[in-house]
Amino acid sequence: MESAVELTGVNVKPSARVSNDEVVLDAPIEAGKTVGNITVADPIFSCRDVDVYYGAKHAIKKVGIDVAKSQVLAMIGPSGCGKSTFLRCLNRMNDTIEGARVEGSILLDGKDIHDKKQDVVQLRARVGMVFQKPNPFPKSIYENVAYGPRIHGLAGDRVELDEIVHNSLQRAGLWEEVKDRLAHPGTSLSGGQQQRLCIARTIAVNPEVILMDEPCSALDPIATARIEDLMEELRQSYAIVIVTHSMQQAARVSQRTAYFHLGDLIEVGETDRIFTNPRHKLTEDYITGRFG
Amino acid sequence: MNNTNKPIRSAQETQAIVERGLQRRYWAERRFRTYGLAAVVAGMSFLVYLFFVIFSNGMGAFRQTQVRLDVFYDPAVIDPSGNRNRDDLLAADYQALVRAALKAKFPEVEGRAATRELSRLASGSASFDLQKRVVADPGLIGKSEPVWLLASDAVDLLKKGHIDRALPAEQRPLSDQQLQWTDKLSAEGALALKFNTTFLTHGDSREPEKAGIWGAVVGSFFTLILTLLLSFPIGVASAIYLEEFARKNRWTDVIEVNINNLAAVPSIVFGLLGLAVFIAFFGLPRSAPLVGAMVLTLLTLPTIIIASRAALKAVPPSIREAALGMGASKIQMVMHHVLPLAMPGMLTGTIIGMARALGESAPLLMIGMVAFIVDIPKGVTDSATVLPVQVYLWSDSPERGFTEKTSGAIIVLLAFLVVMNTTAVILRKRFERRW
Repeated sequence: MESAVELTGVNVKPSARVSNDEVVLDAPIEAGKTVGNITVADPIFSCRDVDVYYGAKHAIKKVGIDVAKSQVLAMIGPSGCGKSTFLRCLNRMNDTIEGARVEGSILLDGKDIHDKKQDVVQLRARVGMVFQKPNPFPKSIYENVAYGPRIHGLAGDRVELDEIVHNSLQRAGLWEEVKDRLAHPGTSLSGGQQQRLCIARTIAVNPEVILMDEPCSALDPIATARIEDLMEELRQSYAIVIVTHSMQQAARVSQRTAYFHLGDLIEVGETDRIFTNPRHKLTEDYITGRFG
Repeated sequence: MNNTNKPIRSAQETQAIVERGLQRRYWAERRFRTYGLAAVVAGMSFLVYLFFVIFSNGMGAFRQTQVRLDVFYDPAVIDPSGNRNRDDLLAADYQALVRAALKAKFPEVEGRAATRELSRLASGSASFDLQKRVVADPGLIGKSEPVWLLASDAVDLLKKGHIDRALPAEQRPLSDQQLQWTDKLSAEGALALKFNTTFLTHGDSREPEKAGIWGAVVGSFFTLILTLLLSFPIGVASAIYLEEFARKNRWTDVIEVNINNLAAVPSIVFGLLGLAVFIAFFGLPRSAPLVGAMVLTLLTLPTIIIASRAALKAVPPSIREAALGMGASKIQMVMHHVLPLAMPGMLTGTIIGMARALGESAPLLMIGMVAFIVDIPKGVTDSATVLPVQVYLWSDSPERGFTEKTSGAIIVLLAFLVVMNTTAVILRKRFERRW
């Protein structure tokens, strides 16, 4: 979308002004020019020059960012900015969309996930995903959690499988609520419980990274708080990348924040720094609620 | 337009306009409801009339007049050699036993012509019943027992009130003499309407009282089972491939258009295709349920494919994403999650297709399933006919007795349909799940 550049170019002059004793860049967007430090030490994911096209539409432009281990990376930005699209690159879910094309390098533990030798099934076992709308399978609670271990052959016998299911539900904070009705359908749970079931299902295959696409947007504040607590605990074992519309949520759960705008990654930084001291005008406008 | 900040009209004016329109809207709704109700009532009354006619005509087919005769199993007739050889027992002249039994009932009858007239009261198949009894139990030979035997179709028609006694003798199938005998038998209680097991257990016959529907039922059963076994897996697999795996390009568009068009091709064309390809080219047997099923498969495939694709499309994408996100391969996603959810829709399509296949006769005429076949088919390559073709055959027969057989066959066809669809609906219910 070339118009993106023009749109923002109308009222933004190439200048710099002083705010909070820091320089705020107020430059027209240039693809691949991200403000802030995109690299981290010992990253699990390392993405460089990632472009995504949906047919003729250029949805993501030259995005480069690292994902750190044992951290929550929040991706924020107005609707249609490409943050979900970028998230879906990380476990190649965009493969399933007709006409979608991903370019650039995405390294998981130093290996390109688009490499011919990289099996997409194995990739998704390593990089789990939790979706916006809770989407448990129309099967029992037990079967929902057992499905992943089963297809990947993680459990040798029934006892081991029971153990995995118990452990996963426990860590997703759902065990106490469902232990007496494991045979009930997963869809009979409340929205928040369903989302925690989806998280339990994801951690049952013991991934290295968990991608969360607005996991709380369909939930009430109490259920949201539970999921956020859960993320803090899960962060000890997994790298988490979360897309969220709520800046408060990003501020609460994440250690690093990335701000996307119309397919460009505008700014990346420590969450505290981004919310108190944004360096790009667009980031500042967004987090202060001037648009978005 | 000079002051755009003010509404164009006041709230009261707006309400007045809305109120004026309300009446019209309600009228439109009421009118539409009336049309709908009228259509339903008209349709239902035609249906009720149709069922009434079929059942009132057809119930007669399930009851058949039988005559009670005291049969003497004469060893001189059955087994003159006395060694109880099975072949001899089969070859004996049982007609003579029937004749003798009738003569015993009416000892006053004398002369060849009169005896022949008398023997026409019993059905030609009565002798087969006796043969069966004797072969099953040779101990009967030399004994005497009362047996209920099939009466001829003319006696049956009289008993059911289809023959006008006031007509001159040459216009009736029964002579005055025969009428008297029949009345005498009736008065003795030796003539009765009994449940017609022959109709439900025998194959076709040229004689109405011996004609049964079982051959056609078995033929239909074989044909439909094979059709289901062929068309359901092929249809569902095609739908899955086209919907989930095939690239969307011009070729798949062409295929899709063609499948939709095939659903509208007249069925007799499929019959011609089956004749040319399956019978003429591949040399498969004529009149066989196997070929019939292959033709009907071609006929039902488009229906099943279209319904199955619609069912697959209706599975929410969130379930697919959930499965793929868990690391399921595409085939695992389809088999574990998408297919079970799409199954009710697929079964609906299959029910529609199978119901159509059950009622289809035109393409089967082309491949020879219209032949007169007495034997019950034992396998899928035996000659057979199917229920709708049997209906067609009987409706075409000149004998008066076949009229009620035709309606009876329609009742059996409808019962077959109801059983088949009920099974399918129960099956579908078991697959239905919430998501």
